[in-house]
Amino acid sequence: METLRFDLAQESLRSVNQRLHGPPESLVGCRVEIHNPDGAHNIAVGLNAPVEVTIHGHAGYYAAGMNQLAHVRIEGSASTGVAENMMSGRVHVAGFASNGAGASAHGGLLVIEGDAGLRCGISLKGGDIVVGGSVGSFSAFMAQAGRMVICGNAGQALGDSLYEAVLYVRGTIASLGADAQIEPMTESDLQAVGDLLNQAGLHHDPQTFKRVASARTLYHWNADADQEY
Amino acid sequence: MCGIVGLLVKTTALQERLGELMVPMLIGMSDRGPDSAGMAVFSDPLPEGKRQISLYSGLTDAGASYDWQGLVTALNAALGVAASARVRGNQAVIAFEGGVAPVRQWITGYAPALHLMSAGRSIDLFKDIGTPAEVAERYGFESLRGTHLVGHTRMATESAVTPDRAHPFTAGEDFCLVHNGSLSNPNGIRRMLEPRGIHFDTDNDTEAACRFLEWRLREGDDLPGALQKGFEALDGFYTFLMGTATELALIRDPFACKPAVVAETDDYVAIASEFRSLAHLPGIKHAHVFEPAPEEMYVWKR
Repeated sequence: METLRFDLAQESLRSVNQRLHGPPESLVGCRVEIHNPDGAHNIAVGLNAPVEVTIHGHAGYYAAGMNQLAHVRIEGSASTGVAENMMSGRVHVAGFASNGAGASAHGGLLVIEGDAGLRCGISLKGGDIVVGGSVGSFSAFMAQAGRMVICGNAGQALGDSLYEAVLYVRGTIASLGADAQIEPMTESDLQAVGDLLNQAGLHHDPQTFKRVASARTLYHWNADADQEY
Repeated sequence: MCGIVGLLVKTTALQERLGELMVPMLIGMSDRGPDSAGMAVFSDPLPEGKRQISLYSGLTDAGASYDWQGLVTALNAALGVAASARVRGNQAVIAFEGGVAPVRQWITGYAPALHLMSAGRSIDLFKDIGTPAEVAERYGFESLRGTHLVGHTRMATESAVTPDRAHPFTAGEDFCLVHNGSLSNPNGIRRMLEPRGIHFDTDNDTEAACRFLEWRLREGDDLPGALQKGFEALDGFYTFLMGTATELALIRDPFACKPAVVAETDDYVAIASEFRSLAHLPGIKHAHVFEPAPEEMYVWKR
């Protein structure tokens, strides 16, 4: 397997990203190592090839955003908007992630081993997110499709205005958002949680998770509710 | 958008290198704040009976060639306070015996265009318009020494780009604050404070937060107590980094709209809006790096 090694202390991020945006067939099966990321923004954004990328250190904003097909591993932490709008593939953060992780992801799997900040999975559109630690407030706000597995605790207003995304929480929930409710775990939920934990390389008993999903009371406008939900 | 940086060092060797470590931190936040920059540096305090003030001459006709020695001579002749000056660019730190109030009053009469930026026994303050690199160069930030500092790069949203509206803001003695964000109720805070005799220098929203918290400290709150009142009274988006003679303190609003990251080692605590301002610090690869939580108080003592 060919290895491409980049050092962001020596070369510009733009040249690295342009190389990674080259013809997908030139990257198939490649292993890409990016050293000294030093918190730069937009590392490995917009990939569209089945390539393995490892970022050795802390990444800045929007790392691996809009990812398709690629497997991106961040050895440190990720700042705001990691894997934002991911379409497919996999993004794995070994440390913590800041706000808006996996926002509006349409597909693929985002794994965060540590904690995630606020608004994790906001407007999720079909991607899967597994968080080894806790998530901050307003996570999964208006999440439309996809699944989130939260091994730690959830902050305020979890799943506010949820559509059809489903959330699984192992720890405590500071508060549920409007229209989010705790539901019984079914066999298929246990299967889904076990499968996602397995893919993430995390070991918990699926039985210890709660299911949070939409009560669907906001699906239709209720003029009598007087804005009180 | 703005950038925030802070550094508190725990060894004598790093105290000597405080400015050198800080300059890349400040310049690293240029994208977040290209129009002004500033820094408050705290060092071992003057003896109890002495004070120092940081004055800005950029608004006088003479600018950087202001006659500081003339001011010191006249000040000593008028008040006999054994004053002396340390000059950097448009700024001078005047140290003297006795309290701040009479000296401040005398300077207002002697040279009204001089802007008093800070007062206390530990704090030196520098701020000016220009890119962070230009301001760092103008004031020789690289050679600054001390125990801890608070820095800021500004992209103005709430008031004009002028030196006195750059951060850090100060109030009282040995207290400063920098802000990333915007407050929605600064005028309400101001209307509450002004009848209590608290004077504002500018129309900037951050000044309201700074004067509010310093007022609470003066009313007897400890720093966590003052910050708790800040959570209750201040509305808007903020990451605040504050400095006192012995501490750095950080808070973020409940929505964590503005970023912050902290790196701690045995030798230092470094704070920045983004990790890219911390990447050059010694031992950073083995530092404990974390994101401070919203609505939590973080206080680090020297």
